[in-house]
Amino acid sequence: MIHIDWILIIVAGWLTLGIWALFVLKHMQFIARRLFPLGALLGLALAGVALDATFSTPEVAELVIGLPGLPFHLRLDPLSAFFLVVIGAGAFGTSMFSAGYFRTGEGTPPGLLCLEYHVFLAAMAMVALADDGYAFMVMWETMALASFFLVTANHRVAAVRKAAYLYLLVAHVGAIAILLCFGVLQANTGDYTFANLRAQQLGPLWSSIAFGFAVFGFGAKAGLVPLHVWLPEAHPAAPSPVSALMSAVMLKTAIYGLLRVAFDLLHGGQWWWGEVLLGLGLASALLGVVFSTVQTEMKRLLAYSSIENIGLIVTGLGLALIFRAYGMSTLAALALSAALVHVLAHAFFKSLLFLGTGAVLHATGERNLGKLGGLIRSMPWVAWLVLVGVLAGSGLPPMAGFVSEWLLLQSFLFTTVLPNSFLDMLIPLVAAAVALVVALAGYAMVKFFGVVFLGQPREEKLLRAHDATGFERIGLAWFAVGSLALGLFPVPVIDLVDRVTQRLVGSGLAQTVHANGWLLLAPTGVERASYSPVAFLGGVAAGTFLGLLIARRLYRGTLRRAPPWACGYAGGTARMQDTAEGFGQPIRQIFEPFFRLERDLPSPFDARPHYRVLIEDRIWHGVYLPIGRLVDLAARGVGLLQQGRISIYLLYSFVTLIVMLMLVRL
Amino acid sequence: MNGISGTGILAQLLEVVLALAAAPLLLGWVDQWRARLQNRAAPPLTQPYRVLRKLFHKESVVADSASPLFRLAPYVMFGCMTLACAIVPTISTDLPLATAADAIALVGLFALARTFLALAAMDIGTAFGTMGARREMLIGFLAEPALLMSLFCTSLITHSTSLANMVETVVHRPYVLEPSLAFAGIAFTIVSLAENARVPVDNPATHLELTMIHEALILEYSGRHLAMMEWAASLKLFAYSCIGLALFFPWGIAEIDSPLVMLVAVPMLVFKLAIGGVSLALIETASAKMRIFRVPEFLATAFLLAVIGLLVHQLLEA
Repeated sequence: MIHIDWILIIVAGWLTLGIWALFVLKHMQFIARRLFPLGALLGLALAGVALDATFSTPEVAELVIGLPGLPFHLRLDPLSAFFLVVIGAGAFGTSMFSAGYFRTGEGTPPGLLCLEYHVFLAAMAMVALADDGYAFMVMWETMALASFFLVTANHRVAAVRKAAYLYLLVAHVGAIAILLCFGVLQANTGDYTFANLRAQQLGPLWSSIAFGFAVFGFGAKAGLVPLHVWLPEAHPAAPSPVSALMSAVMLKTAIYGLLRVAFDLLHGGQWWWGEVLLGLGLASALLGVVFSTVQTEMKRLLAYSSIENIGLIVTGLGLALIFRAYGMSTLAALALSAALVHVLAHAFFKSLLFLGTGAVLHATGERNLGKLGGLIRSMPWVAWLVLVGVLAGSGLPPMAGFVSEWLLLQSFLFTTVLPNSFLDMLIPLVAAAVALVVALAGYAMVKFFGVVFLGQPREEKLLRAHDATGFERIGLAWFAVGSLALGLFPVPVIDLVDRVTQRLVGSGLAQTVHANGWLLLAPTGVERASYSPVAFLGGVAAGTFLGLLIARRLYRGTLRRAPPWACGYAGGTARMQDTAEGFGQPIRQIFEPFFRLERDLPSPFDARPHYRVLIEDRIWHGVYLPIGRLVDLAARGVGLLQQGRISIYLLYSFVTLIVMLMLVRL
Repeated sequence: MNGISGTGILAQLLEVVLALAAAPLLLGWVDQWRARLQNRAAPPLTQPYRVLRKLFHKESVVADSASPLFRLAPYVMFGCMTLACAIVPTISTDLPLATAADAIALVGLFALARTFLALAAMDIGTAFGTMGARREMLIGFLAEPALLMSLFCTSLITHSTSLANMVETVVHRPYVLEPSLAFAGIAFTIVSLAENARVPVDNPATHLELTMIHEALILEYSGRHLAMMEWAASLKLFAYSCIGLALFFPWGIAEIDSPLVMLVAVPMLVFKLAIGGVSLALIETASAKMRIFRVPEFLATAFLLAVIGLLVHQLLEA
């Protein structure tokens, strides 16, 4: 019982910090320098306890709060513990960064912000612990509301309020679907504990309906297509540490929910469920990455990249469901491991990138890629640490993102044995799409880093940008080291993930991986495939060193600094570099059908030529706006009933009474 | 395969030294044949070495605004390409480093080098640098999946992504005609042309502003940095040629731990590379450089061919 108690103490600690902040509402210094670092330490403790809990037996607890006779059931099993590790690790770095980030005079008073922030953290931890539908929904809603208030931190800006409203709307539509999912799962027993839901044997129809609700509900939170529209709005609106938490950690609670329902409560189910997830995952990944390459706002770019990464994770889940349905537990474990490793990797590198944008935003006041540039010179700390995140986000070896990509591609390659020939044909196509997505992610990441940190500053003020402060550096460094370490030492990560896959699909990779030592990753035997990140990095480093050595031995010249050559053209200015639009132009041309483009091109005779291009989501115009109009129409129809005269309302009551009486008579 | 043997280490060292020494030679060979086929006076075979020597004696001019990333990138490029040459089985399949990176990691390695190259080109902030970076990433994102898919075709046949194992299996297998390999081979050739900045995608001899891709990326480099870049580029060509030869024409690679077999393997490799170099010169002479907007179609063809190869394997050969 020890782990779960500690976790509850940590959650209580977070809540205490939040309430404490209310008493020192305006004391920015105290809140930032004391409370946030304390919260960060609690996050680290949570990660540590949860890490230990992953390797222990499941524990249960009951919290007697809430309605009488309806306590919160809590349970800590390897699946929840794994996601608690993600939450704790994300909270530590983000809170450390926040300690140096939040400034006075930005909308919500600091004390309130601190309360919302810690309630958000506590709610996410409790979502992972909840063991009945009631506790889960309460925590889920608390999480949604806390994050909604965090998004509206700068509530004086109209665009922020609009984005937050959209987020709240999608979050609640999703929550209704999750509620309905639990409703179907309990099968008229009236008992919403997960133990009871697990024990129900639903028919194929009802279990598929429950699965559909779960995909819709959790998909809305995770940002699966076509429910992704809130992500690119809410992430830029929120303060950067909040965006980091939402993107890196909160989206993962949706993955947790999907895993819990699909693999645990529904026991896997039918093979076509996997196809649904595979399709949705790929569509999200492709749409996310294509849109992220054409963005001109750095946080929107990252938000779309989150959609892509969630898509890749869901693709892995879909593949695991397919394998599980056909009873191939080893392959299911491989695909599921790929997804879970990516959950962890994405939590680290996306936090790093979002926090990096926060540092840039504070140093320059700019979020528009077209007005940034050259920050590696004035902000070397941020730039070099973010470079680690950029490499990890591009899925490059030896960083964290590559391990999951590698495992995912491996699980596609060994799929030649499915008893369904249709699926056998489909799998290579899916593998090709995944390869394309990963390559495009590299494009988006190079654009992000190159335009923000490299080149010449596009504005005068960028020369005076200040680097990250002490606390901010700790936060960034934590995620950078994590992104590298997770990539370099995948075997301990597989150990961790193995506990979850053993529980969910009855198999794991740890045993085969351990057969080859802890530096070599060979999930299916060394003769089939192997990858050793340490040797890889060692090889590149040795080659680089060899190059330096050769250059030193052979070189006879000197080094001189001079203006750039640029083919001899001396009149080059910073405005002649590629803008964000320019860098994304090839993608815009190739993937034109994806976008809804609005373009104003200047004519040759314009005295003041003005170029404007607006890239919008077709889904927004094709799905959301029609639904919005429909709701408006329905509301106006209902509005006809409301005449505002007391006699009319009395008439309604009278008619209702008559109808009731007639029904009773009949 | 298991355990590191003395001959394994020997073969590994020999491979790296051979690659470092012979890569400029391969470039010289291709250039010479290109000149002959185009009725020009051919440069000597050692021309790339002379270029390197010249660059190592010249002053290195670095732009005022260059960050450390710019100066680091040539060495990282060189390191990545050296590792690539080390893990591709050219003369032996008994390589200690072969377990460190399989085919997917090799593709990742090329992507890592490309990312550094593009970032370094953006670092100075000139119009040409960013243009080159954009075009390089455009070609990269199309070529990378195509390369991965063409390697997967072989992986599906050999049930392995480990390069040494793939080559061993391809050698030992009874001779059967695999249509999927033909598709994969064509796709691989197209990708190699694009990735190594050869005609019809890019012209290694051009410095015409509007058409250059690779040259635009390294425009700001001079002296020792340029030397490392040129050397890395020749290593890349060498690595790509060796992958193609090892997977699609694998005969003559040593598998037994014996230095004697390696002695046979080296001349065999030289012979195959010579043929490969001539065919590269032939392709480059016979085709015209494309407009940049045609390149996506060209590479998409490679991607589709590789995917068709995978499907053909599933339909006919599985």
